[in-house]
Amino acid sequence: MPIFSYLAIPEAGAVDKLCAELSSINCCEIIPAENKEIVILVTDTPNAATETKLQEQLNGLKSLQSLSMTFGHSDEDQLGKQRGDHEA
Amino acid sequence: MKINLGNNEVTMKLNRRSFIKCAAASSAIAAAAAIFPGVSFADWKKQEGASGMITWKKAPCRFCGTGCGVLVGVSGDRAVAVKGDPNCSVNKGLCCVKGYHSVQALYGKDRITKAKVRRNGEMVAVPIKEALDIIAAKMKETIDKHGKDSVAMYGSGQWTIPDGYVASKLFKGCIGTNNLEANARLCMASAVTGFMTSFGIDEPMGCYEDIDHANVFVTWGNNMAEMHPVLFSRMLANRKRRSNVEIIDFATRTTRTSQAADKSILFKPQTDLAVANAICYEIIQNKWVNWDFVNTHVSFHKGLSNIGYGTEDHFAFTDKEESINFEEYKKFLEDYTPEKVEKISGVSAKDIKYLASLYGDPAKKVTSFWCMGMNQHTRGTWIQNLVYNIHLLTGKISAPGNSPFSLTGQPSACGTVREVGTLTHALPHGVVMDEHARELAAKIWDVPVSNIDPKPTYHTVEMFRALDRGDIKFMWIQVTNPMVTMPNLNRYRNGALKDDRFIVVSDVYPTPTTDVADVILPAAMWIEQEGMFGNSERRTQHFAEIVPPPGEAMSDTWQLIEVARRLGYEKQFPWGKDEYIGKIWEEYRRFHEGPKHNMAPYTVLLERSGVQWPFVDGKETRWRFNPKYDPACTNGKDFDFYGKKDNTAWIWARPYEPAAESPDAEYNFWLNTGRVLEHWHTGSMTRRVPILHQAMPASYVELNPEDAADLGVVNGEKVKIISRRGSIVMPASINGRGVPPRGMVFVPFFDESYLINELTLDAFCPISKQPDYKKCAVRLEKVS
Repeated sequence: MPIFSYLAIPEAGAVDKLCAELSSINCCEIIPAENKEIVILVTDTPNAATETKLQEQLNGLKSLQSLSMTFGHSDEDQLGKQRGDHEA
Repeated sequence: MKINLGNNEVTMKLNRRSFIKCAAASSAIAAAAAIFPGVSFADWKKQEGASGMITWKKAPCRFCGTGCGVLVGVSGDRAVAVKGDPNCSVNKGLCCVKGYHSVQALYGKDRITKAKVRRNGEMVAVPIKEALDIIAAKMKETIDKHGKDSVAMYGSGQWTIPDGYVASKLFKGCIGTNNLEANARLCMASAVTGFMTSFGIDEPMGCYEDIDHANVFVTWGNNMAEMHPVLFSRMLANRKRRSNVEIIDFATRTTRTSQAADKSILFKPQTDLAVANAICYEIIQNKWVNWDFVNTHVSFHKGLSNIGYGTEDHFAFTDKEESINFEEYKKFLEDYTPEKVEKISGVSAKDIKYLASLYGDPAKKVTSFWCMGMNQHTRGTWIQNLVYNIHLLTGKISAPGNSPFSLTGQPSACGTVREVGTLTHALPHGVVMDEHARELAAKIWDVPVSNIDPKPTYHTVEMFRALDRGDIKFMWIQVTNPMVTMPNLNRYRNGALKDDRFIVVSDVYPTPTTDVADVILPAAMWIEQEGMFGNSERRTQHFAEIVPPPGEAMSDTWQLIEVARRLGYEKQFPWGKDEYIGKIWEEYRRFHEGPKHNMAPYTVLLERSGVQWPFVDGKETRWRFNPKYDPACTNGKDFDFYGKKDNTAWIWARPYEPAAESPDAEYNFWLNTGRVLEHWHTGSMTRRVPILHQAMPASYVELNPEDAADLGVVNGEKVKIISRRGSIVMPASINGRGVPPRGMVFVPFFDESYLINELTLDAFCPISKQPDYKKCAVRLEKVS
């Protein structure tokens, strides 16, 4: 059940189209910047298969110039800091 | 992750998921803000507000001295999200990566929720009332047996203002010992003595709004891009918006600040003293002195030289001030021509002249920023004086954009330590040596004036030496982690572990300091209690108890009150739990009555995202000593430096003197230590935030690539660092985010697995008593 966030940069002049396309994809929530051509994308998928399918859909978006991941979480590898975790 | 919502499991899962998504969005917003200064995501706030699940409450950020206003999203009894407070003038809605993830620091798996007492060598959980009984009984027994100066309190610039105030009242007013210090001695004592010697009154005359007016920023040994990222972003945004802005980084190693600056100038450690004098020499030679300002508002002075380094126990020093005239000052500067200083500092005469020309140009407004590089310095007071000299010679001070600006590192180093006076020599107003200050304190505290001892006892380094020697038998440590941060750490840890010493530690997570404790008290953290912080620009910031503390954790203020009552001081600590913060604030505020330092009433603090003092007739003061902004100015002139009795600001002739320990044939590298963007101080909180821990999981030693090649070390390989006091093995970082010059290594101190302060030297500025963590000598070995 991974959750990711990304900075999505649209192709020139395509920010509205990108927002519309991302909004139409399941498991995607977007937060457009109000003063720059940049969109925050938060994805929340229930399993690996859905995540793979979502990645394929994102890769196919023509309005999307680049996607930079800023956060990743998976229930399977959740971190919890314990003292001594960081011993050399 | 345990969630204390008290709701059904489904709700817990929904909220947890929503919390993670908020964190995901926050990370993206932080990344966007770093890449696109000024970017705004207003729709996010609307979406969150529309969910109906989260309510937003104001607080200052828990980390660093910037004092960013944050809005904490609360769902049930749990803080689930953070966003920048757009109504806070400090950060205008922006946060750094630590701020955006700050609430996650509340919920680490190993949070201390119960009191513990050492019995037969093991820490045993006990009810907190029992632990408080033990503490009070031990204090009483120690005082009866060894005298009042055998007990001590060591607090923090992360104490809330009420924490520090009740500590001062208990120790100085009731018990009658000046054994009260705070870790701010390690981070900003030189800033205080700099202000006091140059201006006779503490804390910056300017404010963050200077950033919006200055044309030139000079960062003096100050990696603002990592240590004060929100203010640095504001500088970058100004440079982008205005065409006439430049940033000069003046430092001992190349950092992210150097990379973003228009010009990076490197100097050899300690030689900033010589360069500052050379800048003044150039200003005078080129006739850039603002004589109207100097003739009216400045006087010239000198003090003692060859003042020592404090490495021996019981070191004492008192400066001897002597007035001089301008011609004598000019003569003093003849030793600091750019050409002479080039040989000392490694800074080219051309670059020194360039720096001088920026300060000397009457058309340019100049703001100088500094923090630990100038404060943690065996001549820390002197270098502050010397940078003030530059601004005073040119009259570039106390006006928008013209500002010598000492930044603090901790959220309430100013509010709690400097303003409340939680240092051995200080009181909430004035110093213990001043009879009138003692009388005022005794009156407000309702104690006999004879209770307040007129002699300071131990500054921080000497206090831990006294613990080692056995002059101090009992020490209570709150909100700080000295078993990571003390220089020459081996000595002080061994001292704390001696058989007849009794150590109490109040904290939120296990640390190397709780490891040496006889009693551990579970503390409320940040928004789990009501309190106030005071930031770098004289801004007092209130926060409410937004979420409940876990288990039996209680505020440090209330822990002190409980012990004070057990010691028989019920009359001085009479307040109820539902009112004590407001009552304490109003009592404390009486110390600062008057136009020079009046503080805002409690009711005003509740309403606003911070209030700057002096707060006079309902107005905050943005620039002090300037009658356009400061109601305390009364001399009828364009400036009024009312801190000194002669109503002038003082220019000091202070020489260059070398560091306490410099590289030699045996120990041939400088060791420089410091912080990183992702972690707060010793990492005890931020290393429990998964994303911050992932971003910066462990410490390292930065090496110059050529030194690494000489040593035969590649990135990630282990290096042994050896000083005269200890050694450590760490992975090498080569061409990472920071690059030291040849002959220097840099180590961040956030990681308790690598106690770099076992190597550092406990030398300090003889005037401020602040240790120098930036300079000692080490040698390196490749570990095969």
